[in-house]
Amino acid sequence: MEIILDVTDLHIEFHDHDQPEVAVEDFDLMLGEGEIVGIVGESGSGKSMSALAIAGLLNRKSLTKSGRIMFDGTDLLTCDRKKLRSYQGDEISIIFQEPMTSLNPVKRIGWQVEESLYIHHREISKEDRRKRAVEMLGSVGLADAENVYYMYPHELSGGMRQRVMIAAAMIGNPKILIADEPTTALDVTVQAQIVELLKKINRERNTSIIFISHDLSLVSQLCQRVIVMQHGNIVESGRCSDIFSRPRHLYTKRLIAAIPRIDLGDDKDRR
Amino acid sequence: MSEDICLRASNLSVFYKNRKRKLFSKNKKIQALFDVSFEMKDGEVLAIAGESGSGKSTLARTIVGINKDYTGEIYQKYDRPQMVFQDPYSSLNPAKKIGWLLKEPLRVDRSCKWSEAEAQKRVEEIMEEIELPLAILDRYPSQLSGGQRQRVCIGIALMRSPKLLIADEPVSALDVTIQAQILELIDNLHRKHGISIIFISHDLRVVYKVSDHVLIMKNGRVEEYGSTRQVYREPQAEYTKQLLKAAGIK
Ligand SMILES: Nc1ncnc2c1ncn2[C@@H]1O[C@H](COP(=O)(O)OP(=O)(O)OP(=O)(O)O)[C@@H](O)[C@H]1O
Ligand SMILES: Nc1ncnc2c1ncn2[C@@H]1O[C@H](COP(=O)(O)OP(=O)(O)OP(=O)(O)O)[C@@H](O)[C@H]1O
Ligand SMILES: [Mg+2]
Ligand SMILES: [Mg+2]
Repeated sequence: MEIILDVTDLHIEFHDHDQPEVAVEDFDLMLGEGEIVGIVGESGSGKSMSALAIAGLLNRKSLTKSGRIMFDGTDLLTCDRKKLRSYQGDEISIIFQEPMTSLNPVKRIGWQVEESLYIHHREISKEDRRKRAVEMLGSVGLADAENVYYMYPHELSGGMRQRVMIAAAMIGNPKILIADEPTTALDVTVQAQIVELLKKINRERNTSIIFISHDLSLVSQLCQRVIVMQHGNIVESGRCSDIFSRPRHLYTKRLIAAIPRIDLGDDKDRR
Repeated sequence: MSEDICLRASNLSVFYKNRKRKLFSKNKKIQALFDVSFEMKDGEVLAIAGESGSGKSTLARTIVGINKDYTGEIYQKYDRPQMVFQDPYSSLNPAKKIGWLLKEPLRVDRSCKWSEAEAQKRVEEIMEEIELPLAILDRYPSQLSGGQRQRVCIGIALMRSPKLLIADEPVSALDVTIQAQILELIDNLHRKHGISIIFISHDLRVVYKVSDHVLIMKNGRVEEYGSTRQVYREPQAEYTKQLLKAAGIK
C-alpha cells in the first residue's frame, strides 16, 4: 500500500491564555492509499485539532504548530497558502463536526454543495454541476434532493444539514476525506447508509478516509486501523479487531464497557 | 384539568413559510407538524424519537415559543422552559466568554437577585456537574471542543434549575462514557429537583435508559405514543417496529 499522508510529531499549542495550552502532542499518523483509519478518544482529547491541522485549516495567530504533515511531496504545515488552497476541498476534504460552522447561512444548499467544483473545476458546466450536486444530495439519503437544492441551511433539520455537508465534502472526489463525527445527528438507518456510502467511495475511487467518531461500533464496521487519543496524546493504536478485543489502555476499556446494552426482559437497566 | 399536568399539546399543527424557490413554484406554507397531541405530568421524562426531518426540533421550538405559526393549543403550567439546542455552536454567542454565558440566565432572572459571589458559586457547581475544568470559564466558545461546547449548553440551561427542560440531542457529540455521565446528571436533577424533561434523541438505546414515555414521530405525525416500557415491549406501529429492529433492540 502506498503511503498518501505521513504525519510525524505533530504538536499544537495555544497561546491565548496566561499559560500555553497543549492540544496535541507527538501525533503520528501514516495513512495508506485507500485505507480507512479511525480516531477515537475523549471529548477534548485533540481529535478535531489534529484533523483541522491535516486539512490545513489551523491558521490562527494565537497558536504554534510543529512537526510535519507530508502529502504529495509537500509539507502542509509549512507550504505557502496558494499551494494549500489548491489542495483544500479538492484533494483533501473535510466534513466538520458542527454543520452550522461550515455552512454559509445566506447561500442556498446547491451553492454549498457545488462550491468546490466551482473553485477547482471550472471546466464543468453549470448544468453538469447542478446535476452532480442533486445526485450527491440523493446519495446521502435526502429524499427530496431537487427541492433541497434550492433551500437555505436554516430550513433544514439538524440531520439534513449534516448530510448536506457530507455531500459537499465528497463531490470533488478527494484523495483524502476527513470525517469529523459525521453521523452524530443521524438515526441508525441513515447512519448505516452513510457508512455504506463511505465504503463505496473508498472501494470505487480508492479514497483514503480518516474517520473520527465516538461510536465504537461504527469505527469497527468501517475502519481497518484505529488510533485512541487522550489529553492530546495517542495512547493506543493498531488494528481495529485487536484493539477492541484486547484493549490495553484504561480509556479504551472504559469506552468498550460503556456501550449501552438493552435487555428488555430486565428492568434494572432503567431508572 | 388535573393538577399535575405540566405540559399539554392538543392538536398541534405547525407551519413554515415556503419561500419561492423556483420561478413558477407556488408560494404556499408548508406544514411541518400535523395534529400532534400529548401530555406530560410533573417530574416525567418524555422522549421524542424518530427519523431525521420528522419534526422533533420543530415541536421543541414550538413549545418554547420560537415557532409562532401554529394551530392547536399548548398549555404550560410553568413559564420559561429551558432549551438545549441541537447545534451547540450556533446557540452560543461567539463574542462572550464561557463564564459570562453561564451567568447570563442569572442576570435576567427577575424572580431573584443574584449577587456576584452567589452567581460565581452557582457557576462552579454547574461546571463540576458537567465535568469541565474551571479554566474553561475564561475561554470563548470557539476555543472549546465540540463535546465541551455541548456540555456548556447543558450547563447554561441548568443554571436556574428550570421546572421544564427541553434537550434537543444533548448527548449526540459525546462518547459513551461522558454520555453516561450527562444522562446521570439529568437523572439526578430529575430525582432531586423533580424537574420534567423532554429529551430528543435519535438513539433508541439512550431513549430507553432515560424516559418514562416516548413519542415516536415520522413525517410530522405521531406514529406511536405511550409508556417507554410498553412501546419497546409491544410496539404497535409498523414504523416503531422498524426503528427498534434497526437499532438492534428487537
Ligand atoms: N483557542 C484555544 N485555546 C486553548 N485551548 C483550546 C483552544 N481551542 C481548542 N482548545 C482545546 O484543545 C483541546 C482539543 O480540542 P479538540 O477540538 O481537538 O477536541 P476533540 O477531541 O475533537 O473533542 P470532542 O470529542 O469534544 O469534539 C480541547 O481541550 C480544547 O479545549
Ligand atoms: N425554518 C424552516 N423553514 C422551512 N422548513 C423548515 C424550517 N425548519 C425546519 N423545516 C423543515 O421541517 C421538517 C422538520 O424539521 P425538524 O428540524 O423539526 O426535524 P428533526 O426531527 O429535528 O430532524 P433531525 O433529527 O434531523 O434534527 C424538515 O423537513 C425541515 O426541512
Ligand atoms: Mg471534536
Ligand atoms: Mg432536530
